[in-house]
Amino acid sequence: MTFFRDTWIIFSRAMRLSLRQPLWVLIGLLQPILYLTLFGPMLQRIAATSGFEGDAWQVFVPGLLVQLGIFGGLFVGFGIIAEWRSGVIDRQLVTPAARAAIICGRTLRDVVVITVQAMVLCGCAYFMGLRVPPGAFLIGLVLVALLGAAFSFISNAIGLATKSEDALAPMVNTLALPILLLSGILLPMNIAPQWLQIVSDFNPFKHIVEALRAVFRSDFTNPIVWIGALLAVVLVVLGAWVGSRTLAAQTR
Amino acid sequence: MNSYAPANAFKPIRSMRQSLGDDSMATMIEARGLKRTYKARGKSIEAVRGIDLSVAAGEIVGFLGPNGAGKTTTLKMLCTLLTPTGGSATVAGSDLRQDPVGVRRKIGYVSQAGSTSPEAVVGEEIISHARLYGIDRKTAEARGKELLAALDLSDVWSRTCGSLSGGQRRRLDIVMGLIHEPTLVFLDEPSTGLDPQSRANLWTHIRSLRDRLGTTVFLTTHYMDEADSLSDRILIIDHGTIVAEGTPTELKKRVSGDAITLTLRHEEDARRGAEIAAALSGADTPQIEAHVVRLHVPDGGRALPVLLADLTKAGIDAIGVDVNRPTLDDVFLTLTGRSLRD
Repeated sequence: MTFFRDTWIIFSRAMRLSLRQPLWVLIGLLQPILYLTLFGPMLQRIAATSGFEGDAWQVFVPGLLVQLGIFGGLFVGFGIIAEWRSGVIDRQLVTPAARAAIICGRTLRDVVVITVQAMVLCGCAYFMGLRVPPGAFLIGLVLVALLGAAFSFISNAIGLATKSEDALAPMVNTLALPILLLSGILLPMNIAPQWLQIVSDFNPFKHIVEALRAVFRSDFTNPIVWIGALLAVVLVVLGAWVGSRTLAAQTR
Repeated sequence: MNSYAPANAFKPIRSMRQSLGDDSMATMIEARGLKRTYKARGKSIEAVRGIDLSVAAGEIVGFLGPNGAGKTTTLKMLCTLLTPTGGSATVAGSDLRQDPVGVRRKIGYVSQAGSTSPEAVVGEEIISHARLYGIDRKTAEARGKELLAALDLSDVWSRTCGSLSGGQRRRLDIVMGLIHEPTLVFLDEPSTGLDPQSRANLWTHIRSLRDRLGTTVFLTTHYMDEADSLSDRILIIDHGTIVAEGTPTELKKRVSGDAITLTLRHEEDARRGAEIAAALSGADTPQIEAHVVRLHVPDGGRALPVLLADLTKAGIDAIGVDVNRPTLDDVFLTLTGRSLRD
């Protein structure tokens, strides 16, 4: 099928270009590792006093993984604006390639980069003292990949729709900050006051973080796990739809 | 033998072209009432207001007009990059609306924005682009290297696109646009931003595209000299409509005619000279200024020997004669009342 072949061609090109600039991949990696080393130890102190379920790493690392998926995906839009400006997007649109492949290939590259970063993060967390079953690690990686895909689609779509870094930057920040603060990524939401907990219930990412925390506690049968997984899948489908629509709208 | 190398490099493409047959390709572009309206803040802006055009196979057609006239919009519609809001077109044998993929398979498009990422390697960009047309790596590499050689870019295969000069990068864009051996190539402002030498060099390559491969070339430009020296035929567009069409020579002849400046010995000669000149076929009323006579005729080259013979017969001695061909800039000015540079 031409969609899969074209997605693979677009992906290979994008991946090759990313590997040419490993510095960006490294910078992307640096952020979660800084959180892990500079923020994690403090959390261990708090964990001893507050009502955390599970040990500090089991609470903190799922949050970092979700954060990696969201932020790793959100900023890829800057890349597609640069590609559009150098004529690459139009050049690919004028070929018989499947339209959706042009965005899906790029998102696939982002997913691969983010998943590798998540693997490094898990490896570092293991050395810092995180102990979870291998299956939990695996579920964590899949979840990060799904979130990365959803946000890569959305960021690419905003990038293509606005074609301006000046428009993308504030949009991404406006989107990212409430998601981050209301998701209990840094601290669990159950230590928040009642009203804040209610507000955060409307943030799907809170439930995704909760789901991954349950998985990291080996609480696999907790219904929140299914809710989180379902939300992640819905987000990817939504992102893919928005992304493909935006790409198709390029010629409209 | 060296000078034949590029011609040989183009050979496989030519043999493929022949197998397509001539009659199916007689008309390359046929557009009727092509229209594009943008909606911006509730107001609709007509970028292109119903364009009719036809381009025959093997032609180089220049689409000339000032910035914002609708050139790029028309080009993007014909390339399937922009859906027309009205009208219809057949491009390279496929219907623009019914079969855009069919159009895409057969056309090449060289955008003014470029086609490659600066950090990407030339060879990899070429192969990746070719694969989107279903061409395998090996064929793509062979074809890409042939095309690079034909466009004087033999040694850039492993370099990054950003390391090429402006002129080289533009020729690389053309290589990308030709990798699937299209029968029709669209060039959007091909020489914008290039130095005079690179421009002249690029024109040579564009001409040889058609001369050696029979590729139909449709190019937009806002440079008079570019349209003049490259095109077999020129379409002049202004405010979204085609205002004139013809060969560069036809357009110039039709619009302003050639200017003849006759310098004579004294004012008496000038008065008599003007009478003689006025009798030339198609001449306008001569303007006399001291001993200089100025007039316009449709074809200065033909009028001049007649004029000189008549003057000699009347015993008038001309000191000097100048014939000035109108430029396409004059044509544009006459047609639209504005200079192209405005």
